Amino acid sequence: MEVWALQIFNGISLSTILLLIALGLALSFGLMNVINLAHGEFIMIGAYTTYALQIAASALTGGPSSEVTFLIAIPLAFIVTGAVGFLVERSLIRFLYRRPLDTLLATWGVGLILQQLARSIFGAPNVQVVAPQWLSGGVALGSDLVLPMKRLFIILVVLVCLAGIYWYMYRSSEGRRMRAVMQNRDMASSLGVSTRRVDSLTFALGAGLAGIAGWALTLIGPIGPSLGTFYVVDAFIVVILGGLGQIPGTIMAAFIIGMLNTIFEFGTTAVVGKVLVFVMVILFLQWKPAGLMRLRTR
Amino acid sequence: MIRGLGVLRTFFQPGLRKPWLAQWAFPALALLALLLAPAVLSGFRMGLLGKFMTFAILALSLNLIWGYAGMLSLGHGVFFGLGGYSFAMYLKLEAAGGKLPDFMFWSGLRELPFFWEPFRHPWFALPMIFIIPAALAGGLGYLVFRSRITGVYFALITQALALIVSILFVGQQPYTGGTNGITNFSAIFGFPISRPGTQLALYYVTVAALALTYLLCHWIISSRLGRLLVAMRDDENRVRFSGYNPAILKTLVFTLSAGLAGIAGALFVPQVGIVSPSMMGIVPSVEIAIWVAVGGRGVLMGAVLGAIVVNGAKSLLSESFPDIWQYFLGALFVGAVLVFPGGIMGLFRGEGWRPRWGWLGQVRAALGRKKLADSQQGGMLKVPAPGSTSSPRAEKTRSP
Repeated sequence: MEVWALQIFNGISLSTILLLIALGLALSFGLMNVINLAHGEFIMIGAYTTYALQIAASALTGGPSSEVTFLIAIPLAFIVTGAVGFLVERSLIRFLYRRPLDTLLATWGVGLILQQLARSIFGAPNVQVVAPQWLSGGVALGSDLVLPMKRLFIILVVLVCLAGIYWYMYRSSEGRRMRAVMQNRDMASSLGVSTRRVDSLTFALGAGLAGIAGWALTLIGPIGPSLGTFYVVDAFIVVILGGLGQIPGTIMAAFIIGMLNTIFEFGTTAVVGKVLVFVMVILFLQWKPAGLMRLRTR
Repeated sequence: MIRGLGVLRTFFQPGLRKPWLAQWAFPALALLALLLAPAVLSGFRMGLLGKFMTFAILALSLNLIWGYAGMLSLGHGVFFGLGGYSFAMYLKLEAAGGKLPDFMFWSGLRELPFFWEPFRHPWFALPMIFIIPAALAGGLGYLVFRSRITGVYFALITQALALIVSILFVGQQPYTGGTNGITNFSAIFGFPISRPGTQLALYYVTVAALALTYLLCHWIISSRLGRLLVAMRDDENRVRFSGYNPAILKTLVFTLSAGLAGIAGALFVPQVGIVSPSMMGIVPSVEIAIWVAVGGRGVLMGAVLGAIVVNGAKSLLSESFPDIWQYFLGALFVGAVLVFPGGIMGLFRGEGWRPRWGWLGQVRAALGRKKLADSQQGGMLKVPAPGSTSSPRAEKTRSP
């Protein structure tokens, strides 16, 4: 019983990180029909921002970094990664909007450059971010079931992010413009919405979310220049399963993929688990080719 | 589905004709150069060129489905690798000489797994080089294309395939050799594998395979099937409404392309002496696309040229400056897409560099080379500026 409860908890924990990664992809895919293969590198940038902040803080104070810097790292990872995303969108992606396959290749090139940059700056070996003291314990539920504090904190941060995205999309005027462009780009444009601006902001927002995911990954294990590559493929599968640019679909898909991965991994091995998930997604697409949810456009 | 296979007839119908000298002069010169190359190159350089030619076959197979049919596969390394593994299994069993291959013994196996058994025989292993990758591509392709998954979705699914197959091969250490792959071959069909004569023979077999692949691809694209592929790339629904089944056509050409990639992999293995999961992962699979893009999409010669040029540059640059190579490769991806969409073959065709987008287009317009006509991409019709000769639409139909 306890074992299964822990598996479900781990599944939820993995799902929330996947969700954070996939949301950015789903938003820009729904809006611009663009998939960013450098998204994994955005995760890596978020992780290294956290690491760099820790190094800087301990160099300034002379001691180990304090709890506060770790919390500051969350918005900082969002801002730094978002800024990089904004730059990439402005300098590259907006020239390629009608050519989605070319965007794949161009963003892959950006990803290669970013990875090599990280390797040049921080070195190729993995580095470890030291988590604050208060995150080291766990919350005991029952005799054998201990939920790690770190994972709980990640889930909390993701929930806050989700609330923020909900507010942005459905309660702010920027979000209203974004939804308008998603539904009908030409109509929104002729009604005076600056679609270019919406595109850039959405892309930057998605990149920022990936940055927060990178911050979360520093809590789970060591980080390296190719940190993002492994997670990002799962996130692509989430986007495909969830349907075009659908927030509810993406959330559902992230939980399905996260849970399936964890359950299969527990039942068999990590590799066989991944193969099974892939096969199930392909078979599911036979039944619902557009994914879990469809975007209704006019 | 059976009715759909009537499309096979399209193979035998003639397609577009072009002046044959213009069409064959360049490939013939290239073939002549490849045939004469061993006379001037050292053994090492010849081996390198032989390896690049297997990459050229691989690039041709990707160009067939991406350049012509518009399906970007980011998992073509998998098919290359599967062909390579099929042949490596035969070579390894020949090297082991009736005993258990060494890596199996080290990982605790005491007898040969049943699916290795038939690979003792070359008459089984040789067809499998084509059949195994083609079967995987056919199965996956049919399921994917039947549910009308195209474009970016298809690219991402094939990328997931690359990840999964590579970690699967890493994980099954006793059966696949794990991360190290399969290596230490001694002989091929009874000839010592590292002897210069054998390597020279392998080189010429690769030249022949490249020439045959080129001819096959040329035959396909100049047949009616080829024109259907281009039509599907440009407007799939229109092909569907004309009574063809795009799912069948796409599955057919994807299967064939995967099989060709498998042959390339099988030619790669005896020349390089190893096959490992690192050739099937995501990174090498995406790199194949850049060979095609640099050479020129939708031009057969472009794929050959791109594979040889990019890999030549890689072996020159990455030996001395491995860091710079990564930056260079990244810039190549961006540049090939943004600045030189026609690739090297585009340059030959007099397209030059044609950045028509954003600031690059502004630069070009400032240089006064041509009217900036297609810079607007917002999806709205643009009113032609006074004095401009062409509307964006007209410009678009003229450019390839």
